[in-house]
Amino acid sequence: MPELLLELFSEEIPARFQRRAADDLKKAVTNALVDAGLVYEGAKAFVTPRRLALTVTGLPGRSPDTREEKKGPKVGAPQPAIDGFLRSAGLSSIDQAKVESDPKKGDFYVAHINKPGAEAVDLLSAILPKILTDFPWAKSMRWGSGSFNWVRPLRAITATFGAENEEPVVIPFDSNELASGQTTFGHRFLAPEPIRVRRFDDYAAALERAKVVLDIDRRKDIIQTDAEQLAFAQGLTVIADEGLLEEVAGLVEWPVVMMGSFDPAFLELPEEVIIATIRANQKCFCLRDAGGKLAPNFIITANTEASDGGAVIIAGNERVIRARLSDAAFFYRGDLALPLEHGLPKLEETVFHAKLGTQFARVERLVKLAAEIAPKVGADPERAKRAAMLAKADLTTGMVGEFPELQGLMGRYYAAAQGEPADIATAVEMHYKPLGPTDSVPTEPVSITVALADKLDLLTGFWAIDEKPTGSRDPFALRRAALGVIRIIAENGLRFPLRVEPDLLAFFHDRLKGTLRDAGARHDLVDAVISAESDDILEITQRVGALSQLLSSDDGVNLLAGYRRAANILAAEEKKFNLTYRGAVDQGLLRLPEETDLAFAVDAVHAAVLSHVSANDYKGAMAELATLRAPVDAFFTAVMVNDEDSMVRVNRLNLLSRLRDTMHLVADFSKIAG
Amino acid sequence: MTNRPSHMDPRNSFQGLILTLQNFWAEQGCVILQPYDMQMGAGTFHTATTLRALGPKPWKAAYVQPSRRPKDGRYGENPNRLQHYYQFQVILKPSPANIQELYLQSLAEIGLDAALHDIRFVEDDWESPTLGAWGLGWECWCDGMEVSQFTYFQQVAGFECSPVPGEITYGLERLAMYVQGVENVYDLNFNGREGDDKVTYGDVFLQNEQESSKYNFEVADTEILFRHFADAEQECRAILAKGAEANRQSMAIPAYEQVVKASHNFNMLDARGVISVTERQSYILRIRELAKSCGEAWLQTAGGGAE
Repeated sequence: MPELLLELFSEEIPARFQRRAADDLKKAVTNALVDAGLVYEGAKAFVTPRRLALTVTGLPGRSPDTREEKKGPKVGAPQPAIDGFLRSAGLSSIDQAKVESDPKKGDFYVAHINKPGAEAVDLLSAILPKILTDFPWAKSMRWGSGSFNWVRPLRAITATFGAENEEPVVIPFDSNELASGQTTFGHRFLAPEPIRVRRFDDYAAALERAKVVLDIDRRKDIIQTDAEQLAFAQGLTVIADEGLLEEVAGLVEWPVVMMGSFDPAFLELPEEVIIATIRANQKCFCLRDAGGKLAPNFIITANTEASDGGAVIIAGNERVIRARLSDAAFFYRGDLALPLEHGLPKLEETVFHAKLGTQFARVERLVKLAAEIAPKVGADPERAKRAAMLAKADLTTGMVGEFPELQGLMGRYYAAAQGEPADIATAVEMHYKPLGPTDSVPTEPVSITVALADKLDLLTGFWAIDEKPTGSRDPFALRRAALGVIRIIAENGLRFPLRVEPDLLAFFHDRLKGTLRDAGARHDLVDAVISAESDDILEITQRVGALSQLLSSDDGVNLLAGYRRAANILAAEEKKFNLTYRGAVDQGLLRLPEETDLAFAVDAVHAAVLSHVSANDYKGAMAELATLRAPVDAFFTAVMVNDEDSMVRVNRLNLLSRLRDTMHLVADFSKIAG
Repeated sequence: MTNRPSHMDPRNSFQGLILTLQNFWAEQGCVILQPYDMQMGAGTFHTATTLRALGPKPWKAAYVQPSRRPKDGRYGENPNRLQHYYQFQVILKPSPANIQELYLQSLAEIGLDAALHDIRFVEDDWESPTLGAWGLGWECWCDGMEVSQFTYFQQVAGFECSPVPGEITYGLERLAMYVQGVENVYDLNFNGREGDDKVTYGDVFLQNEQESSKYNFEVADTEILFRHFADAEQECRAILAKGAEANRQSMAIPAYEQVVKASHNFNMLDARGVISVTERQSYILRIRELAKSCGEAWLQTAGGGAE
């Protein structure tokens, strides 16, 4: 069956857009094919810095003929309705329509429109230019004298269609004065000559010969394997960095991996500084020796096979890295020469947010907040205040100015270097954490204090000036801050009620619901536990855990059924008489042993649950609730609530109400689905 | 590479590098201009780029532009940073289809042969907030070192560029240091001669860096600078007002020169550390407003394609 080959050959596509672009191309073309009635067997997209390519296999040569039935107006309808129908159905006379009958509608016209299929090549030559025009690049540009937009100038288009063993045809179309054809080019330096291609098989093979590895994942494999082998030969290991690997694979068509080295004297620098320098500026991988220490080497991924075997390329990269590390060492020594506090006055000149004052004002708030939080999380208030004071001081250092991603980390190094206690130095680094769902959470009390202060100040501040996240817009990463607070509290098992305004509390609830669901909790259980006033994250988490455990037991399921029955009866009675049943259960009115048993059981369980809840023992509370299952079941088997004696009836309703209240001590069971 | 005496070889000579680039781009049909006779932060500020980038007329030019970055001064003590350095600027409008190949040929001319070196185009989007300009392109890497900026201008002074100019900017000192294999900018061989005849970059510019750093950071009278900024702003508006005729403008260039002045005064004030973070943004906006007015004015002149 015929196949399609499409290649969009351009100037260098930014690495960060490549994988997405390949996916988008595949999606756009295959969707359009299906819409045009061209079903296909397989499709695969490829991307390199200079080309987007797509192969679609198992296509038909023509789209199938179709027959469409179009219902029209009633026979005898006004002429404008008939005319409109003729126009929309493409008929010249109403005689061409058939008349059908319908018991409701009576006689009406029906047009049968036969649409013959079309040649796939013709369909494609209409589809492809539209896909190019509408391509969803995150950022695109114009060039030359044209008005067409692409990520970088588009230089050639290959579009062929044909079955195996036959000469394919070029799908003819024009885009920005660029006509489709079947000519591509190899590697920019190693094989720049034009290559005539027919279909995917010879295309991929020709590119491979012309020093282009088409598949980004293969390029990644080559880089990783070659890097590991080079490292292994020196007794080293490559520091894994998936983000860098993906980026580097997007910068080369023909990866050639080499190793360079730098002066071991630079190893006096914190290793994070060396790694950041080499990674950010040079896009090279760093290495560790057998003992786990950073090695004075790095891995270069060049895009060419140099005629001298790469000596000049290695020397050039070493030269740049030497200069970069010299700069870093200069900043590091300069920063170390001054106490961290030295940077604080400069924070007065840095605006944190126009409505929230300077960074220094923020530091002052953090210090105050840290003093308040410290006793609640078991931290020494003076240490917490000191850590809060130093937390942002590294923002004015030369190193963080150069590498903003080292904020916090440099503060830790500098704090330790000037003799701050270890917990304070650690807090300076850890107070930013967690930065994402997989990042670690601070665990030392001083770190926890400053981390909570940092995030709560951020949240309450932006809430106060009404800059809340909306939709996908969250420029100040407030969702991340709220999630950070939740994780710090939950993972450290902290009893730390959030005393914040109701709207912000609801924001925390939304994040917490998401976290709990992600952790596998049922939606309805989370809803049953969280009320508008719930401000204790740990308590909510524990309640949800205990509740889900209860409901996974037989007792729990049956108890829930009993609860529903009680709640339904109460609701019906309350509605009927517009009354609530809140009265005490009168022992003297209990007639049957089953109701006496339940009354005693509920009383005992109520007291026990209260004491468990006040001790934050939700498992204990649930276990108590579970003991109600038997008396509840027995009650509903033996007792008819609607007794003729209204005193007895009311007393029984009071008992059920008491049961409901007891269960609501741990969760709102009415919100549980089932 | 053409045959040339060794003192003209870019591998030995800073001026040889400049002259090689000039000759190369002259061969491509560029007019070879001389530097603009005003203090400016980058070659982009030259009217040959900012103003000529706007309007329908084709334009090809190349020139050296001394660039002033007062804040980057290091009193001559840093081997890589200068408050005064040279950019080599090429502008081709509309950008030709083979512009990347031309650029690579120019690198080969100065001794960076793609057979031996690893040359890469790495995404780098360019934006000049003061000029209200942006474009997409790359930084060009040679063996891991950035040797040029390559930009397809999309907008200048707030106006769409159509046709689109391609701009190539070579940082000459850095490029020369790599080609000459020198670690310190002041050690660059300037004239390509040896022995007593050799003149280094330091011989030419070290004293200038020392003196200018002192002036820029410690001495420049900030009151005068603020006044000069305000004067340039006022004069720019006055020139535009006096040059405005029905749909035509007779003084776009003199008005734009006041933008260049205002921008340099701002850079000086910034180096003196008297502009706070919040004020900074408002100064940038003031310059951008002027630049936009001048771009609009240019489009009402013959050079800007007005009928």
